[in-house]
Amino acid sequence: MSQAAPQPAETRHEMLMRQTAEGMPLLRVEGLARYFDVSSPWLNRVLQNEPRAILKAVDGVSFEIPRGKTFSLVGESGCGKSTVARLVVGLYKPTYGHVEFEGVDMATLKTRKQQAPVRRRFQMIFQDPYASLNPRWRVADIIAEPIRAHGLMSDEAQIRRRVGELLEQVRLSPRDGEKFPHEFSGGQRQRISIARALASNPEFLVCDEPTSALDVSVQAQILNLMKELQTELGLTYLFISHDLAVVYHISDYVGVMYLGRLVEWGEARRVFFNPQHPYTRMLLDAIPDLEMTGRARTPVAGEVPSPISPPSGCHFHPRCPFANERCKAEMPESLGLAAGGEVRCHAVEEGRLPPPGDTGAVQAARARRDEAGA
Amino acid sequence: MAEMAREPVDPHAPPQLTFGRKLADGWNRFLDSDVFYSFKRSPLIIGAFVVTVILLLGAFLAPWVAPHDTMDLASLNLMDAFRPPVWEAGGDARFLLGTDDQGRDVLSGIMFGMQASLIIGFASVVLAAAFGTVLGLFSGYVGGRVDSVIMRIADIQLTFPAILIALLVDGIVGSVLPRQTAEELTYPVLIVAIASSLWVNFARTVRGSTLVEKSREYVQAAKVIGIHPVLIMVRHVLPNVMGPVLVIATLSLALAILTEATLSFLGVGIPSSEPSLGTLIRIGQEYLFSGEWWMTIFPGVALVVLVLAVNLLGDWLRDALNPKLR
Repeated sequence: MSQAAPQPAETRHEMLMRQTAEGMPLLRVEGLARYFDVSSPWLNRVLQNEPRAILKAVDGVSFEIPRGKTFSLVGESGCGKSTVARLVVGLYKPTYGHVEFEGVDMATLKTRKQQAPVRRRFQMIFQDPYASLNPRWRVADIIAEPIRAHGLMSDEAQIRRRVGELLEQVRLSPRDGEKFPHEFSGGQRQRISIARALASNPEFLVCDEPTSALDVSVQAQILNLMKELQTELGLTYLFISHDLAVVYHISDYVGVMYLGRLVEWGEARRVFFNPQHPYTRMLLDAIPDLEMTGRARTPVAGEVPSPISPPSGCHFHPRCPFANERCKAEMPESLGLAAGGEVRCHAVEEGRLPPPGDTGAVQAARARRDEAGA
Repeated sequence: MAEMAREPVDPHAPPQLTFGRKLADGWNRFLDSDVFYSFKRSPLIIGAFVVTVILLLGAFLAPWVAPHDTMDLASLNLMDAFRPPVWEAGGDARFLLGTDDQGRDVLSGIMFGMQASLIIGFASVVLAAAFGTVLGLFSGYVGGRVDSVIMRIADIQLTFPAILIALLVDGIVGSVLPRQTAEELTYPVLIVAIASSLWVNFARTVRGSTLVEKSREYVQAAKVIGIHPVLIMVRHVLPNVMGPVLVIATLSLALAILTEATLSFLGVGIPSSEPSLGTLIRIGQEYLFSGEWWMTIFPGVALVVLVLAVNLLGDWLRDALNPKLR
């Protein structure tokens, strides 16, 4: 188990530098798709002459995450962002496409033995801190589980020390290890989740809405903790959220999903201040106007259509103010942007979109700048 | 432990965990102490516990403590038949709760009879719980076709009443094996027959709870860590589905004892030469309306008290073992 031992800081740093220099992304996802069969039972289908119903939860999603960066996926409920997270960590098998971790296609690792060294290096933080910790285990055992499962340490005293360190790393007391999860608040439980995720010295964390079940005041604490851990340990995050303020706070890159497709992605600043896709603009426009700039807000219009029978062509066309006949008929391909990132939109390709107006984010930033200047 | 906590030597070592790897075996001791604490606080439970212990001791120590050996035909005297309890007119101090139609002491009969009922009840519940829990856990966790097959078998099983299965098993055993062997196998046959009608409840409940627990995020977290599915089932899911199992087990114990009584009544259970609570009640009820009420009432009361005490203990244990209610 020598390769599983925590690497000295220099070596790890050198490796990071080398791989960053080589431009190799830590995670690459290509053409990822996951379909669920939601058909009624066979007998019902035959009797009622129903066709098979296939839900395309994720349909052709591609992105890359460079080392040490945070990539966020945003979108309304049911757009498939959590499914992407579960595909990346291997809880679901992709229907099409593949997930590459450091250039290794996860699908080529068949046996548990082959998967173990890679599994050690990525972990997941879940949405519901009340469900993600086994209520019958003591916190120390919960945190020690990845260490024991991967055989990283065999000496109990050593494991105990490590658990104590991890608890301190997430700003809890080592003495908390002896308690049960139900003795903690939501925020504290999420810290325990993070400690468990860090136990196997991972490089990559998938965070599935880690703050959405928490109080706003606690959200900030958890987010700051995650940012601190990122700089401290050089972590890479895939961050799933529907909260744009949270995403802006934490992300280097942002991807916007709509009905299983990635409609736009790019650097966070670019997406927030120069959004291209009409859907991205609509989302950003919905950010509450706390600075009271008097901006006329456009509420997000319309409903998300059923993913079982999505609209033809561009899925967004029924809600899009710029849709035309082509949008209804033809699915837009990913289009590289000069400002970085990609967008899937005919209107952007044809250049018939008005320049992005002042979204909420832009106005908020401007108001802050003016305030600072004044 | 408290002294260690104050030691400032190593701030990283969580002091409470100095039990170290012994935590796993120490776990049970911790559990016991907490359970004992909640036990101490409830007079009702202490009462139920004392009653259960007395009944268990009375049943299993019957050969030594019972006033008469009801199996010893030589000690029976038909002159002693139909004696009422000691406080009634005509009662005999030798027969505290009276005697039956053969002159057997009712109290001794209850003690020996309860032994048979308890052995069969416990054994069949343990067998059913083990079998049902394993199948339910497997069925719920694996899902898909395996789940369908196991649950359809459970459905089919449910359509056969325990009595029919017992008659079937008894009939097959009786016709296939020589008479001597068949009689020796009375207990195992009864246990298997009763267990085969009880396991479905365990399997269905455990499957339902497993489906709920399986979708919870701590199970997914274990999957992401890369824990083997069997270990996830045993270490994560099983402890969280055991609560209902305990409750069903207590209810099933009562049911098992009653089923045993029913089967004995029909003549496919314990032979009437051997006492069980069921055979005692059956023999007694023939005389209920001719005034010899004690023959059936006392075994009946014993059965009710036993089942009630066990049920109370089971209910309390469920609450005491649930860390959320501690």
